[in-house]
Amino acid sequence: MNGIDERLRVDRSMVAACRDHARAVADGVYRMISGKTTVSVERTICRLLGIDGVDERGVPLPNVVSDYLQSESLVGDGAWYTLARITAATGCAPIDSARRIAAGQLDATRFAHIDAGHARELLDPHLVDGIARIDDARAAREELKAQYPHRSQPWLYVIVATGNIYEDTVQAKAAVAQGADIVAVIRSTAQSLLDYIPYGPTTEGFGGTYATQENFRIMRKALNESIRETGRYAQLVNYASGLCMSEIAVTGAFEGLDMMLNDSMYGILFRDINMERTFIDQHFSRMINAYADIIINTGEDNYLTTADAVDEAHTVIASQFINEAMAKRAGLPSRLMGLGHAFEIDPDREDGFLLELAHAELVRRIFPDAPIKYMPPTRHMTGNIFKGHLMNAMFNLASVLTDQSIQLLGMLTEAVHTPFIQDRALAIENARYVFTTARHLSREIRFTPDGVVQRRADQVLEETHRMLADVASTGLPAAIEAGRFAAIGRPVSGGKGASGVCETGERYLNPFADEFARRLDERREGDR
Amino acid sequence: MSGVRPDITAIRPYGDTLDDGRIQMSFTLPMEASEQAREAARQIALGMGLDDVTVVHMRDLGEGFSFHVLYARVTVSVDASRIVVAKVTTPVLGFDEVNEYIAARYTRPVRVVGACTGSDAHTVGLDAIMNMKGYAGEYGLERYSGFQTWNLGAQVPNEDLIARAMEVDADAILVSQVVTQKEVHVRNLTNLVELLEADEARDRFVLVVGGPRVSHELALELGFDAGFGSGTLPPEVASYLAQTCVIRGTAATRADGDGGA
Repeated sequence: MNGIDERLRVDRSMVAACRDHARAVADGVYRMISGKTTVSVERTICRLLGIDGVDERGVPLPNVVSDYLQSESLVGDGAWYTLARITAATGCAPIDSARRIAAGQLDATRFAHIDAGHARELLDPHLVDGIARIDDARAAREELKAQYPHRSQPWLYVIVATGNIYEDTVQAKAAVAQGADIVAVIRSTAQSLLDYIPYGPTTEGFGGTYATQENFRIMRKALNESIRETGRYAQLVNYASGLCMSEIAVTGAFEGLDMMLNDSMYGILFRDINMERTFIDQHFSRMINAYADIIINTGEDNYLTTADAVDEAHTVIASQFINEAMAKRAGLPSRLMGLGHAFEIDPDREDGFLLELAHAELVRRIFPDAPIKYMPPTRHMTGNIFKGHLMNAMFNLASVLTDQSIQLLGMLTEAVHTPFIQDRALAIENARYVFTTARHLSREIRFTPDGVVQRRADQVLEETHRMLADVASTGLPAAIEAGRFAAIGRPVSGGKGASGVCETGERYLNPFADEFARRLDERREGDR
Repeated sequence: MSGVRPDITAIRPYGDTLDDGRIQMSFTLPMEASEQAREAARQIALGMGLDDVTVVHMRDLGEGFSFHVLYARVTVSVDASRIVVAKVTTPVLGFDEVNEYIAARYTRPVRVVGACTGSDAHTVGLDAIMNMKGYAGEYGLERYSGFQTWNLGAQVPNEDLIARAMEVDADAILVSQVVTQKEVHVRNLTNLVELLEADEARDRFVLVVGGPRVSHELALELGFDAGFGSGTLPPEVASYLAQTCVIRGTAATRADGDGGA
């Protein structure tokens, strides 16, 4: 560790001060959301209780239940309590209750209330089953990983996005055969704003493929075949973001995904989703990710697609501190925090590469145990595929030189089309060449104490500290409102999905959250 | 160019000698790499009417695919003197010039409503043109005193965009389309024009579309007034809107003969 630390000098006391401010920021957010739930959290509880499938009109049964809770003003009681109340009166298991609600055969408001202990106990077998499904999926991944180990980092991360899950599996398997370590299935563009998870396998999408439980299963199966063929573990990624953050998190946990995109602020900034909704959903989704041992990928790289990569570099790191503080509150260990950043400096800028190195090295040093996710150039990709391929090579060099962990490969056809099979193959070839030829370069490098890289890193850390101090004093909602992140301002009370936020009543229960927290604590004790 | 002037009426690709017609291309075949695949790649190029075809690189991509890089000679030529391309013809003015232009001819700022429509969530282009900060050192429309703007952001249904434009009595509508998979942008843009026509409101607005795969020609074809492709800077759009909205605006400004077009 010391040897590495000498490469770049980092003011540890300033880093500690940044963490203190970030913790205060997270505390403020948690005060804001305490005593509240959302329809998507309640649907997640439904899924954990074994409710799946669709009704006659194609509405997913978890939505049937949450719509019912909303129409009967029962969201404050929550899904668990209401389903337990139905079980007490009728003996129905949650899935049968959901079907009867769908058929309009049930009026829960007429049933007698029950006490909390009874409600907790009645559905306990379903809690055990739900959590066992996550445990089984995790165990299956562990077994495969033991047999077919990961390659060394940086891991090569590629995207497939044909819209057709079956075509995606062909592309994904080819990518793994070519050397990809991680395959992400990009979602259809509008999915983040759907307030439900589509059901079943899908063969049409725009700019991507719908995230559905069946699609996850199909892709996991295909990748597992590739793992056995290549002898290397291959990781599967999808998106726990948008209006269904926690629901998709649990779907991914059931189907053995390895990583999920999950950012504490992305939905607010880039999808104009309501703040409270996002903060509540991200918390429960991250508890699930943590319990399922799924690496999250945060979205700070996106800031630099709307804001300048040099002027706003400190906003990326400030946001990483906040994402880290929020992730800790949800029980995620550092080794599961794939904090994001990006290589987006204007290629015409003199010494731009040095500034990129300063940013990447600083992130690496501040979060030594986090699997840092590094995103490729997009903003300055133009359709000049030849220059683009070269920019991607520089990006790969920056990554291997600064020990990044998760390398999202740049495509030479960025800004032209969703990748063709050869675009991906060329990107993998590019990264493998650079990572091989410069594999141990990072061990040989020391940045000059008063050189460009060191001075830039010092400057960015100072700016980060100043920003976090500011955000801690105003609170995160006010900072977002003022457009401090990604140069996008969002009002506290605005945004999509606000009507799905509800105060919890006296009867409200979420035993899954309690159980995840308890088991995560045990796991942490075990780690010590 | 070595003294020999190219014949504009018979233009061919250039490698290192005028009229050598040399081109490069690459593609994937759904066949694993083999001599048979290499020959298939060569015959595809021959079928395209190319000559002197060489497959200089072949690589297996796994899952029964192979990638091929080819060089060949083009045998056709084009009479470039007969080509007419639709272009935005309004002159590009500077930031201050646009503001002065509008102030001198219009009693209020030009009102612009912008959105990424349909399922498109990519606001990069729209923000580059509309937001205060702008792009590549050029301020966006929001910064101009001559414009009053409403940036509605991502995934706005066409119906909502039109309703908003009516509500604020906009002069111009700016649509950004980035996602073009399976021609979704064409359907989306066509739908907007159809809705406007159904409301008999098409002529109320100067209708502009932008995006990396958009050309002025495509825009005209779809019933828009103008299209701006990748690399467009805010002043280009600002100049076009200022001049076009003023021309369309009032009889008085038209009568003084200074529309700038």
